[in-house]
Amino acid sequence: MKHIRLIDVTLRDGMHAISHSLSAEQMAVIAKRLDEAGVTTVEIGHGDGIGGSSLQYGFAKSTDREYFAAVSKALKNCKMDVLLIPGIGTIEDLKVAMEYNVHTVRVATHVTEADVAEQHIGFAKRHGLEAIGFLMMSHMASVEKVVEQAKLMESYGSDVVYVTDSGGAMVPEEVKAKISAVKAAVKVPVGFHGHNNLGLAVGNTLAAIQAGATVVDGTVRGLGAGAGNAQLEVLAAVLQKMGYETGIDLYKLMDVGQEVIDPIMHRPQVISNDALVIGYAGAYGSFLLHARRAAEKFGVDSRDILMELGRRKTVGGQEDLIIDVAIELSKQRKQGAL
Amino acid sequence: MKLRAAIVGPGNIGIDLMLKIARSEYLELIMMAGIVPDSYGLTLAEEKGIKTSLEGIHGILKEEGIDIVFDATGARAHQMHAPLLKAAGIFAIDLTPAAVGPYCVPAVALEFGLDVDNVNMVTCGGQATVPIVAAINRVAPVEYAEIVATISSKSAGPGTRQNIDEFTETTRSALIKVGGAKDGKAIIILNPAEPPVMMRNTIYCKCDTRNMNQITQSIHAMVAEVRKYVPGYHLKVEPYADGDRVVAMVEVEGAGDYLPKYSGNLDIITSASIAVAERYAQHKRKGANS
Repeated sequence: MKHIRLIDVTLRDGMHAISHSLSAEQMAVIAKRLDEAGVTTVEIGHGDGIGGSSLQYGFAKSTDREYFAAVSKALKNCKMDVLLIPGIGTIEDLKVAMEYNVHTVRVATHVTEADVAEQHIGFAKRHGLEAIGFLMMSHMASVEKVVEQAKLMESYGSDVVYVTDSGGAMVPEEVKAKISAVKAAVKVPVGFHGHNNLGLAVGNTLAAIQAGATVVDGTVRGLGAGAGNAQLEVLAAVLQKMGYETGIDLYKLMDVGQEVIDPIMHRPQVISNDALVIGYAGAYGSFLLHARRAAEKFGVDSRDILMELGRRKTVGGQEDLIIDVAIELSKQRKQGAL
Repeated sequence: MKLRAAIVGPGNIGIDLMLKIARSEYLELIMMAGIVPDSYGLTLAEEKGIKTSLEGIHGILKEEGIDIVFDATGARAHQMHAPLLKAAGIFAIDLTPAAVGPYCVPAVALEFGLDVDNVNMVTCGGQATVPIVAAINRVAPVEYAEIVATISSKSAGPGTRQNIDEFTETTRSALIKVGGAKDGKAIIILNPAEPPVMMRNTIYCKCDTRNMNQITQSIHAMVAEVRKYVPGYHLKVEPYADGDRVVAMVEVEGAGDYLPKYSGNLDIITSASIAVAERYAQHKRKGANS
């Protein structure tokens, strides 16, 4: 039977949807349940990765160290994984995770900027960690560019290279084209991380698998930035039905959703108008709540903000530009009214 | 009499410095030194009639009577250059993140003790944001300062890319040491959009926001100070209070000397370095007269 490695990012990407409000204790409880349901890798921490707790992205309920300490104690078989976005997190932040036996670090850059990850991937490999190169906003670059950057990630020592659809903006044909081209160009396994802004998270993940991806991400209940991620329990069911082996105990994973994830959710994880606009315009998923807040503060339509952010080719992490755009739109509106 | 200056590191920053020194009333560029034969920077210097050397810092040390050296190499190289320059009695302006000498952000404090022989220019993000933090801190003590610097991918050279952690750590440290914040954080984002985006910086400061008028006035006064040496530095939006924080955004349009105008990030650090060099020259003149 063909094996697909699932990486659970409920406790990292899911934090975007609940404004990074999980405490270390809550995170440990959920991590333990995911472990028991057969999840083998769990990514944890602030939505923007280690060092992400900030005024720009929102402060997390607990510190990185508190999350690592609580989760590492709760896990038995499952490995702990952290996200590191160079420019936000640093090697110093990673060293803290290493005190708690972090197994995997995913070093994430914008799809055209892989070279900022060389320092961090090199460090991780020298210290015996699994390192995964994670190309965010892969919808914004051509197939050739994605391949070029994936090869860079591999050359720095990445054990896996990811094509990441951070804005939920890709369609299945595009996923296939990019994954198969990367697969043909690198020797390491290829991964895919999807978002559901266009209702395609699970479908795109299947397209990626058909094109050769063997490592894919999901979250329980789809909890995540924008419209959320590929819903992990759904993905596990689909994969099992298609004859893939994932190691997931389906009932147990569904119970995690009902018993521990549903109660922490701030709103149903659906494709809201704003989330759809993110996917359509190709903006970054975690802009969603920030755009809503700015829309309210400056009296403009959050969809207009998100469309403009897509038009300006903003990249992940540019949450501060949201305010700027909201102020400009509000000025335009006032001028229009005169 | 002009001070005799040299540049080590003929990359983008070195070339931009060369063009700026040519306009200075206080400085005369004697030498441009590198280690890579036929590099564009060295070729350009030769065309302008400036002496060049392929021996890096050693070429400069062999030259008689150099007063001041701009180091635009890298942190590791500057660690080696600093003691050599000190022994030769040459004033060093360090544009790398080595931070051998004290940080210098001219708009905040251009004065340095006469015993100081090496100053560090922090980072481009530091030069753009520390003045705002200092401006807020002088009227409302800043508990925590956080900055986000967004620069165009085209203007981030290999030095920045391979050492991005040095950028965030050095900038953070300057927010505290020079800006006066109790704690801080720095974030850098590279944006590959075409046409390239102008360098923009968002500054968040946690402080008492009740007296926004005073804070805003202080920020405006500081922006005017920075504009004396970086004319393209301006507020993107009027600073505002958001609960317990002040939010300010500045954009930096470069002078377009060597690097295009979107490279405000490079322009702000070269311009600040020239300001420091000219102040040193003034000190020296006074010293010579007295």
